[in-house]
This record gives sequence, C-alpha cells and structure tokens, in this order.
Amino acid sequence: MRLTTMLLLFATLVILAYFAARRRAIAMAGGHRGIRNLHSLPAHHGYYAALCSALPALLVLALWALVGDRVVMGQVITTLPEPYRSMEASELSLVLNEVRALASGQAMGGERPPELEPVAGRFLALHSASRWLLSAVVLALALAGGALACWTIRPQLRARNRVEAMVKALLIGASTLAVFTTVGILLSVIFEAVRFFGQVPIIDFLFGLEWSPQTALRPDQVGSSGAFGAVPLFAGTLLISAIAMAVAVPIGLMVAIYLSEYAEPRMRALVKPLLEVLAGIPTVVYGYFAALTVAPLLREGGEALGLDVASESALGAGLVMGVMIIPFISSLSDDVINAVPQSLRDGSLALGATTSETTRRVVIPAALPGIVGGVLLAVSRAIGETMIVVMAAGLSARLTVNPLEAVTTVTVQIVTLLVGDQEFDSPKTLAAFALGLVLFIVTLVLNIVALLVVRRYREQYE
Amino acid sequence: MPLDDRSTDRPVIPTTSQRTGGGSGTVGDIHAREPVITVRDCNVHYGDTHALKQVSLDIGRNEVVSLIGPSGCGKSTFIRCLNRMNDTIESARVTGDFRLDGQDIYAKDMDVVLLRARVGMVFQKPNPFPKSIFENVAYGPRIHGLAGSRRQLDDIVYESLERAGLLAEVKDRLDEPGTGLSGGQQQRLCIARAIAVSPDVILMDEPCSALDPIATARIEDLIDELREKYAIAIVTHSMQQAARVSQRTAYFHLGNLVEVGPTEKIFTNPGHKLTEDYVTGRFG
Amino acid sequence: MSNDNPGADANPTRPVSEARRKVEAGVARRHASERRFRLYGLFSVMFGIVFLGLLLASVVGNGYSAFRQAQVRLDIHFDRALLDPEGRAEPGLLSGADYQLLVKSALGEQFPEVTERRERRELNGLVSPMAAYELRDLLLANPSLLGTRQSLWLPADDFVDMLLKGHVGRGAGVSGRPGGAQLAWVDRLKAEGRLELHFNRAFFVSGDSREPEMAGVWGATKGSFFMLLVTLLLSFPLGVAAAIYLEEFAPRNRWTDFIEVNINNLAAVPSIVFGLLGLAVFINVLGLPRSAPVVGGLVLTLMTLPVIIIAARAAIKSVPPSVREAALGIGASPMQTVFHHVLPLALPGMLTGAIIGMARALGESAPLLMVGMVAFVADVPGTPLDPSTALPVQIYLWADSPERAFIERTSAAIMVLLAFLLVMNLAAVWLRRRFERRW
Repeated sequence: MRLTTMLLLFATLVILAYFAARRRAIAMAGGHRGIRNLHSLPAHHGYYAALCSALPALLVLALWALVGDRVVMGQVITTLPEPYRSMEASELSLVLNEVRALASGQAMGGERPPELEPVAGRFLALHSASRWLLSAVVLALALAGGALACWTIRPQLRARNRVEAMVKALLIGASTLAVFTTVGILLSVIFEAVRFFGQVPIIDFLFGLEWSPQTALRPDQVGSSGAFGAVPLFAGTLLISAIAMAVAVPIGLMVAIYLSEYAEPRMRALVKPLLEVLAGIPTVVYGYFAALTVAPLLREGGEALGLDVASESALGAGLVMGVMIIPFISSLSDDVINAVPQSLRDGSLALGATTSETTRRVVIPAALPGIVGGVLLAVSRAIGETMIVVMAAGLSARLTVNPLEAVTTVTVQIVTLLVGDQEFDSPKTLAAFALGLVLFIVTLVLNIVALLVVRRYREQYE
Repeated sequence: MPLDDRSTDRPVIPTTSQRTGGGSGTVGDIHAREPVITVRDCNVHYGDTHALKQVSLDIGRNEVVSLIGPSGCGKSTFIRCLNRMNDTIESARVTGDFRLDGQDIYAKDMDVVLLRARVGMVFQKPNPFPKSIFENVAYGPRIHGLAGSRRQLDDIVYESLERAGLLAEVKDRLDEPGTGLSGGQQQRLCIARAIAVSPDVILMDEPCSALDPIATARIEDLIDELREKYAIAIVTHSMQQAARVSQRTAYFHLGNLVEVGPTEKIFTNPGHKLTEDYVTGRFG
Repeated sequence: MSNDNPGADANPTRPVSEARRKVEAGVARRHASERRFRLYGLFSVMFGIVFLGLLLASVVGNGYSAFRQAQVRLDIHFDRALLDPEGRAEPGLLSGADYQLLVKSALGEQFPEVTERRERRELNGLVSPMAAYELRDLLLANPSLLGTRQSLWLPADDFVDMLLKGHVGRGAGVSGRPGGAQLAWVDRLKAEGRLELHFNRAFFVSGDSREPEMAGVWGATKGSFFMLLVTLLLSFPLGVAAAIYLEEFAPRNRWTDFIEVNINNLAAVPSIVFGLLGLAVFINVLGLPRSAPVVGGLVLTLMTLPVIIIAARAAIKSVPPSVREAALGIGASPMQTVFHHVLPLALPGMLTGAIIGMARALGESAPLLMVGMVAFVADVPGTPLDPSTALPVQIYLWADSPERAFIERTSAAIMVLLAFLLVMNLAAVWLRRRFERRW
C-alpha cells in the first residue's frame, strides 16, 4: 500500500470517529434538546474519539519512521553472502546503498556484483511486506481506538476533561523538546568525543601545541600521522574573537549611548532600522565581503605601510565579525541603558554634570551588569561564528598573536574535518566532535553566566 | 477646566495686593527681601499644553519659599525652569525672564553646567546613585573639580554629610552603597550631595512625599537649618509642611500663580478666594 | 580650608565664590570632553552605516551585471541530416541527438575561413555548451522546426560574457583562453550585431553548474524553500504549544525553570553545534538521507524553535489578564480560555516571531554544511527528500569557485537572498503594524 493512500485512509478513519462519537453523544442525550444532560458538549466527545483513534496510530507511525528502515536493513544484512557480512560498517553501508539502488531499478551505470541481485529482491519483498504490516497495524489501531471511544460514551463521560488532559500532555511534550535538544546535542557530541579520546589522549588534545589532522588513509600510506593538539585552534579563535570584540564593544556601546542619550527621535527612528539591517544580513554574506573586499583592502593597506598582511589575516576576519556583532551589542546595551531610571540621570544633571559625565559616571556604571551580560553573549557568538571565519580566515593552525597572520579557528576546523567524504571511525572525523564538545561547553558557560547576570540586572530595576 | 476664567470671581483687595510682572494678576507681593533668583512672565508649554502662564516670583537669600497648589498646577514645572531641568524634556518650551543674581538664566551664553552648580535640586523620590555613600556625596565635587586633594574631598564630603544631618548615622559605613539606606536617609544623602557643590539655591521637588512622618520631620528640621546659608524653594503637597518650614508661600492653580505672601498670611488671611478654598481644604 | 575634625564643626567660611571659581576654571575642558564624547558616538553610528553602505554597494556593484548574459545570434539549421542521419523520425531519437553539431555548423557558416582543427575548436568554444540543451528543448517543444532555419540567440561562453562586460582585460588572456583569434571573432560578431547582452534567464531557472553561464539559483532556492517549509510546519506548532504550556499552564518550579534556561541557552548556542547534532542523530543514527532538505529543515527546526518559543511567549504575555478573567468568569475551562480567546489575540505576534525566525533560518548556512548540503547538485530538487543545496550554501560554494564569472554570480545570488530576507522582514513589520494592539 502506498504511504499516501494509507495516510488518507487513516485521516478518514479519524474524521469518522469524530462524527460517530458526536452523533452517539447526541443520541444518548436524547436529541439536541437533551444536550444539557451531557457532561461535555457533543463536539468534545467527537474530539475525544478522534484523539483516541489518532494518537496510538501516530505513535506507531513515528516509531516506524525512526526504526523501520533499520529493522528491514538488519534483516537484509543477514541474507548477505559471507564476504559482505564481515565488512566494516562504512563499507557495509555503501553495499546496502547499492542494494537499495538495485531494488529501486535505477541502473545508474557501473556494474554491480551479481550476487547482490537476490539480496535486492529480498529487500524489496521485505520492504513491501513491512509497508503492508505497518498499514494494517496503523489502520487497525485507528479503527479500534475510535470504536472503543465511541463504545465508552455515556452522558456522564467527562469527555472535555479527557480531551483537555490529552492536549495538555501534548503541550507539555512540546515544551520539553528544548530539553531533549540540549540532551541530544550533549549525547551526540559526547559520544563521538569519547571515542576520539579513546584514540587521542584528552591531555594531548587540550594542551598539545600542534594541529595537523591529516592522517594516513591506508596503513601502508606514507604521510603525516596526525597531531591533534588543539591549542593553536583555541588561540586562533581567541585572537579573532578578541579583534571582533575590540571592534564591536566600543562601537556598539557608543552607538547605544549616542542613540539613547543624544540622538533626536527622528534620527533614532532612522538609524535603528538601518543597524537592524546590519544584524539581519546572513553571515555568509559577511564572509564573502570579508574575503572579496576587506582582505584585499587590508593587504594593500599593509603593503603601503610596508607590512606583510596575509590574504587570510585574522585581522580581516575579526574586523568583519566585529561589525556583524555591533548591532547585537548596541541593541542589548540600548535595552539596559534605557532600563536605567531617568531619576538617576536627573540627579546627576541637576548637580551640573554634562551628559557625557552623567553617562560615563552614572548611567554606564549602573547599567554595567547588563552590558557585561550582553558582551558575554556577544563573545559566545564570536567564538561560535562559523561562516565568516570559514571564508575569510585560513586553515593553517599557527600559534601566533600577530593579527596580520593567518590563523584558524575551532569552527573552521570542524567544517573542514566534516565536509566532504568521511569515514566515521577515523580520529580525523571524531576530532570534529571533540572540538564541538569544547565549543558547546564554553558557549554554554558563557550563555548561562550572561543570562544570570542580565536577569539579576533586570530584577534590580523592575 | 472647572475654573478657566478666574478674573470674574477674584475678590478685589485694593490695600495689600500689588500687581507686578506684566500684569499676571498675582495677588500679593512677589518680591523677596534679598532676591537671588528673579522670574518675570514665565510661560511654559508642553507641546500644546500651556503649563505655566505669566508667572513672576522672586526667591531670596536665607529664606524658604514654598510652592503649594493642587496636582498639575505647575509648581514642579516652575522650579524645574530655575535650573533648566526642563531642557531634558523634548517638548517643553520656556519663555520669560529668568535671572540668577542678575544673570539671564536662559541666555545663549549661560552654561547650564555653571547654572546647575549654583542651583542645586532635590527630587521627589530619593535617587542616590548606585555607588557608595561617600562616592554619592563626592560626585559633584569630583566632576566640578572642587577638591584639589583627597584630603579636601574628604573634608567636603564630611562637611556636607554633617550639614545634612547624616554624618552621625553613616560615618562608619561610608563605603556601603547609598541605595542601602532608608528612604529618609537616602533623601538626606541627596541633600548632602546637592550642598557638596556649594550651591546658592536649592530647589526641592516634594522632597518628603515618599517618606514616613518621622523622616519627614527630620528633613523639615534640616531645611530650616539650611536656610541660614542657601535660598530654598520647596514644592510641597502638604500645607502643614509649607507652614512649618517656609517664610513665604506661593499658591499655584492651573498654571497660574494665584497668590504669594508671607506664609502666615497665606494660611490665616488669604487674599484670594482660590487660595482660601485650598488652604481651608475645600478642594485640592 | 582643611578641617582635621570634619565631623565636629562645619566650616562656615568656605567661600562660595571660590567654589564657583573652581567650577568655572574647569568648564571649558569639560565641554570639550563632552563634544569629543558626542563625536565618538556619532562616529560609531556613521561607522556602522558606512559599513552597511559599503557592503551593499560592493554586492550590488559586483553582482548587477550577472542579471545579463552575453548571447550570440546564430543561424541554426535544424538539419535532418545532422539530427537524424538515418531518417527514422522517432521522438526518442530527437532527444538523444547531437545538438552541438548544429551549433558547430552554424559557427562554421558564420566563419567559413576558419578551417584548421585547433582553431575550429577555439571557435566552437565561443558558444556555451548550454546552447545545445536550449536547441534540444526548443525542438522537442516544437518538432515542426525540424528542417527549418532559424536565427536564434544562444548563450555565449563565460569568457565572452566577461569580455563583453569588461571584467577581464583584452590583454593577456585569463588562463590563456581568449587567444588573439578569439578576440577578433568576438569583435566581428559584435560589429555584426550578433553578440549582445540579454536578460539572464538561466540564472533564475537553472540549478548549479560547473559552467558559470549555466549556473543558476533555482535549485538552491527550491532547496531553501523545502527546508523552510519543513522548519515552519514543525517549529511553529511545536513552538506555540511549548509557549502556551510555559506561559499559561506550567507551575513555577525547578523543572520549568530548567526548561526556561534550556530554551534561552539554545537560542545562543552556535549554529554549527546544531549541525553536529543533525549529523550525529538524523544522519548517522536515524539514517536519513544526506544532503536532503528534510534533514536541513529538521536541524533548522531545532535552531528556530527557541526563537519562536520566546516570541510566542512574549505575544501571549501581552494579552491582558482581563481577557482570561472574562472567559474564565463565564465558565470556560482554562484550555478553552487559551484556545478561544488568548491564542487568537496573540497570533499576530506569534506569526511575526515565526517570520523573523524563518528569515534567520533562511540565512543560516553553517549547520547545513554539517548535514551534507554542500554537495554539488546540478538537478533542481523535486521533493524535500532529493539532494539539494540552499541559497546561502550556494553562495558559499560559488564564492569558492575560481572562475571570474562566479564572482558576479555569487554577488547576484546574495542579492536574491537579501531580496527574500527583505520581503520576509517587511512582511513581519507589516503584520506588526497591522495588528499591533495597545492594551
């Protein structure tokens, strides 16, 4: 049975359950006039039956979407001839892909080993059998659920309460998704990172000074054996983030101060949306601008001054990243500066302080916790920013503080290690997850500290 | 506007009333004995609202002038004109002749920094800076460069706290935040902060409205002491307070300065029907 | 001045005039500092605006020329002898015929003096390989053209395009391609009015290609569309449901606090970490296909969810409690109150938040690199399960290509992306203005 047919039938059953239950409820009440005898409205009985019919079936469908293919493939693997069965997981998956291609009848050139033909047949048979089974189970569940719900309808049935309890359960489920996402992130990076630390000691990774992840593809190949000391990456990330913050913090803060303490309302109305445009531009565009326009400019400027600027200098990437972060800092600072009570400004102005003295000595100190929180969030963004550095910073893991040289960052290395063909057991690939783990932990700490600081600050003035 | 044309029901009191300042129609003598600030024909508009109409009044040395009147009558607006705090309100438009020791307050070359250093202000709600008690008082002297050394700064801070009657209570915890003090202490801290820059005039905008009676009494005593050195204008809602602390009282009504006179006279023998209604509690 | 026992006696003789003298002495310096400070502020604002202007100018300046493409007018003879040498006239045959031959013979007619093999090859290189596909499509759509002679505009090769737009010099050829002879031919075609810049339709209707003149954004646009569709369908209902629970039903306890911290933190987690999650969970554990928009959409869903939850909660919060009290007061259950009264009032705010979340998702590329959406995909995807790229990723890919012609196409693709973002943000602004309510 085709999936769409099955889904259509399923939907029909659910709708039928709704109307059947509604009718039955009205009949039980003794017609439309007797609706007062019902605890819940007929429509609630309808919803109740529809939910009873839909939920268990949907659960089975979701389960199947998650594991169905694996079960079928597991069966297929047992029918594979011997040389295949003892293959590595990565090779095996290629073979299985070929089986799939054979089964779907796509003859896309190239010759496939003939011994796979019967396997493909077996796969097809299993596949269609599983589909039938699934359809049968789903439709049976829908029918049974709906019928059972109709059966239990009594005038006293608290259908509305039951429907509401079910809906509430769904709402709770949706709200826990954020937790599951965090857990998912943690599990997926930790799982792979632990495998990586099985091959490369964690101390070497965290404190090693050399990074060259090019491992030999085959054992007999001559090549670098791979070094996974991540310090140059951390240093590069910090260097670029520091440049970005050196640009973004003073400028973003001054923008916020200017807009909230000096600018006329008309100018504010004009400038704020323009800066929001700056915030809405995708990072890939910034990266392109950094690589195509800013880097050559810096290079030429450096040459004019007799400096040797690398074409993928940390300065270029950091500068553009800083500009990207300006609106972030300025809007967060604007919020906290505006939260400082006007009475404090009045108190200072009434003593004869100028606006700048008031701002520097009263407003900024009062807003400092909020500003610090915003800056921490901005640092977390700078560290995690990917596209700008991928496009405008280099790949060479150099340990330097010279902003004119090319450095590489954690995110650049994650992208380089994971884009393109990959085998899933090499330390090269797993290293990306270890880097991801570090990135996640660092930004998590920054975010939570920043959120706490900002929250406490808000409470202070509310 | 319940009373938009008061000229119709104004009683005629030919003996004591003097009309001054461009015919604003104020009853009583607007002059002070030793004027520091003189205001003539002050008008203030907030957008389309005419908040103050042709007000003329002097504020004199060594005296306390209290400004009374129902809410929204323009008394706060008036004192905010005197140190140009209305400059911070975008829509406010101020006209009239304002002079501080003969200098035009609204002249182009008048520096608000200098003006406000001479005309201090205390606000309705205590607004200590989120800094230590010491730093709160030291703030003014620091920005104006009044102290050449740490020693001098200490002197100014201690002296101001002493004069504000706060020193005894806080001298052991000058490093603690000013926001940790009680409401009355905070307000006295704000007064200390204002006198630390040695102003000539102190404007007080309902300084006790957020305080309990005991704290209020202390502030009132303080105001009475401060009179020796400063010219003080105080906006208040409380007629008792006006009677207790001030030598002269001005009654505002709907943007008009209805009557000015010695405090005693205003409360015992007002010259204007509106004043009488207000001080006898018939409305307001 | 000094008083060693400051608490004892206020110094009554501190001259007022001295304080005033000190204030006046410092006032000029203070005003100068005030002006400087203000200037820094103005400079910062200008810096941001000038940078924005530079960025947009650079993108538009580099990219506007990509909307036009050099085309050559050739007299194509749909020669039966070339297309169907055996005279079988089957439709399948027509689609498999060698249309390159038609172009070659037309060029031969145009330049009869070119006979040498190497030169002929250079001459044929003037016209894009795409010309052959266009001819095939034309003939398949209209078989009656067979045997006729048509004067048609066909796309030129990218170097002719660049030459015509002045992006490459006439001197030393780029990687030695435009030789002296080719330059002469180009000049002659131009003089004869057979070489012009026309609207670049291919850019809007094609998928990716290694040949710049054949590369378009349609494939990436469709990929992005499918992804956003998946993201919207999942993240909006889930986000709204979560927001309703947290705002209206959740008890204040540690667990809901924990959920809240999670949501706020996820909103600030680097996007590439979501990509790692997608790679590990959706592709490696669940076995979903790599490079498919559905996987990209799932990753973007998890990324956008916190944004939508936060916006939806704010929208729900802005509905005044009096509405709830009124509904509860006439006997509605809490659930009915929320679904009948609160939700409709909060919906515009939620939609605004959703659009802004979608705009962010549309511009996102880092997590998509992780789930394999950077593969070179020439076909336009037909379903969310087909391999595809997305607009920002396409920009990233083209930005890496060495050909000069890809620079302008990258910029043009950025213009397309920015146009979409602009439309979405304007829609959000419109929605906010239209339905904004002050309680």
